[in-house]
Amino acid sequence: MVGIVLVSHSEKIAQGIRDLSMQMASPETKILAAGGLPGGEIGTDFQRILESIQKADSGDGVVVLVDLGSAIMSTEAALDFLDEDLRARVVLADAPIVEGAISCSVAASIGGSLEEVKAAAEESRGVSKF
Amino acid sequence: MKAEQVIQTLQAMNQVIDREAQYLTDLDAAIGDGDHGINMKRGFAAVSTKLEGETSEDCGDVLKTVAMTLISTVGGASGPLYGTAFLKAAQAAKGKTDLNKEDALEILTAAVEGVQFRGKAARGEKTMLDLLIPVKEAYADALDEGLSLEETKQRIFSVMDESIAYTKTIIATKGRASYLGERSLGHQDPGATSSYFLIKTVLDSVE
Ligand SMILES: Nc1ncnc2c1ncn2[C@@H]1O[C@H](COP(=O)(O)OP(=O)(O)OP(=O)(O)O)[C@@H](O)[C@H]1O
Ligand SMILES: [Mg+2]
Repeated sequence: MVGIVLVSHSEKIAQGIRDLSMQMASPETKILAAGGLPGGEIGTDFQRILESIQKADSGDGVVVLVDLGSAIMSTEAALDFLDEDLRARVVLADAPIVEGAISCSVAASIGGSLEEVKAAAEESRGVSKF
Repeated sequence: MKAEQVIQTLQAMNQVIDREAQYLTDLDAAIGDGDHGINMKRGFAAVSTKLEGETSEDCGDVLKTVAMTLISTVGGASGPLYGTAFLKAAQAAKGKTDLNKEDALEILTAAVEGVQFRGKAARGEKTMLDLLIPVKEAYADALDEGLSLEETKQRIFSVMDESIAYTKTIIATKGRASYLGERSLGHQDPGATSSYFLIKTVLDSVE
């Protein structure tokens, strides 16, 4: 099953989006929250992101969703430090993190491929709320 | 410059960043999220501690230690940006135990490319690149023209003053400050300012 990593500046945001997504996904879906800094401060933690990606992978790859700014740069830096094997099956989704997480959690839990799960997240980009 | 002096320069950077942290944070509070000084201070304090145990005579190893520490501890955009800069610098310095002025240009060029690679920004977007790119060009010109060390320093300091002033005249289109749009006008970029302090520390340490 494709794993999902949620990268936010805030530990609470990442955790909250994870909780929201788990309501819709099957219990064995791997959704990892990589939010905030070790001391609970606001920021993005390279090490936490790197480890979350490694844990989220069960062989089928990982889709990473990010909030803004350094979340993208810290994630891209983390990708550079994955071994080649894993690196080849980790993708960043260009999607809003809340809607994207929910769409791709569902796609992952019904057994979607890496491309399908990423696409599910990115489709949420064009969905208007009203 | 030997690895030992590189380490001394990096320790001096930590002191400068520590001293200027509040100023950097204030600049960031005006157009960002008010953490640039806090981020830089956390990162360089960790670098300082890490370097106490650094024994390698290879300047590349020293810079690599700095890179990994900054990437892992800074926590904001300046972490992956400066971290990648030091990582590329480390690759350029790999295997060198005594850096000359040509090496310095190679290292600086690699570092600036690292920032561009990681942040995908160009000149004129109100980021640290608005200081780093002109500094790199000024240094390359100074070497070409065969300027003395003193003349080179003067040239770079005056380019840095212009660059800092220039960041006040442009609108941010990258980073947190880009959310402010036109309201970022008139404010000095915090990242360009921390770059100023880092370059100044290098210039002050070469004689
Ligand atoms: N894409 C970029 N390319 C180059 N420099 C950038 C970029 N984005 C931001 N910066 C620089 O980083 C500085 C801000 O660094 P700081 O440590 O405060 O990170 P931040 O913006 O708070 O990070 P975050 O994205 O986590 O909010 C800016 O002043 C700017 O010079
Ligand atoms: Mg900031």
